[in-house]
Amino acid sequence: MAVCVAVIAKENYPLYIRSVPTENELKFHYMVHTSLDVVDEKISAMGKALVDQRELYLGLLYPTEDYKVYGYVTNSRVKFVMVVDSSNTALRDNEIRSMFRKLHSSYTDVMCNPFYNPGDCIQSRAFDSMVTSMMIQVC
Amino acid sequence: MIPTPAPGFTESSGTLESRPPLAQHPLPVLLGAEPCVCGRSAGPPPPRSCLPPRALHLPPLCLPTQGQNMSLSVLEGMGFRVGQALGERLSRETLAYREELDILKFLCKDLWMAVFQKQMDSLRTNHQGTYVLQDNSFPLLIRMASGLQYLEEAPKFLAFTCGLLRGTLCTLGVKSLVTASVAALPACKFQVVIQKS
Repeated sequence: MAVCVAVIAKENYPLYIRSVPTENELKFHYMVHTSLDVVDEKISAMGKALVDQRELYLGLLYPTEDYKVYGYVTNSRVKFVMVVDSSNTALRDNEIRSMFRKLHSSYTDVMCNPFYNPGDCIQSRAFDSMVTSMMIQVC
Repeated sequence: MIPTPAPGFTESSGTLESRPPLAQHPLPVLLGAEPCVCGRSAGPPPPRSCLPPRALHLPPLCLPTQGQNMSLSVLEGMGFRVGQALGERLSRETLAYREELDILKFLCKDLWMAVFQKQMDSLRTNHQGTYVLQDNSFPLLIRMASGLQYLEEAPKFLAFTCGLLRGTLCTLGVKSLVTASVAALPACKFQVVIQKS
């Protein structure tokens, strides 16, 4: 269902980026890059809100004609960006939230791996298979 | 290489029974030291709850050597990495850390509960970036708490925990410097100084 999934570090460089390889990958990389501005804007807007209303899930960042981009940020300022196909209208907010939660828990597992140095690109097979399961799902 | 305990070695018995020396044990023989009841040539005899054979018996008046400083920083580095992973795992639910004080409260309550099954006893601050966390009965020091014998060496055992605190703070976005001090066993204080960049 997701067309592109990206994990971006605190310093705004990609730790992991993968897209369904049927189309031009560079376009997705560019979309993720431009969505970082929106993420930063949302985070700073959240900083002024009350503590109760702050959430990890950022929601729809911006829609384009073909795709919708969703964002999620963790407490360690690691951002997850997901691009989904606009034509897939059956995809609800709850499903996107659960996909981000799965991403978050897989990312936490990668972080707890003692052989992983924080800041390196993510090369875990378990993480890859989890992302694959999110990208090729029965619509 | 971690040596395996000799057969018949029981930690549960309260008394130290004399055993034949562990021949393949790599413990250094310290000159002028009294032989331990266990049969190993070592420094001061271990406390009542006998330490496992791979514990290091340090002489009471050891000067900090190059090797020792390096091992302490290696320990601190290990604690740092563990702290980074724990910081990621324990703070999953809400984006609730607006101020430094919230982050420190998370350390005192959630992190300490997860690692040591108790909370930190007191948190003090000077509101200018320095925090003192006090634990009145730190679990890692309880075993050596009877008497003053190990007071000087106790801070070495806190190196890993200092790294743990520093690593968790780093994951939550706070650069800091953590030091530990022991005034009276088993109470200890961790001083966290936030580095403003």
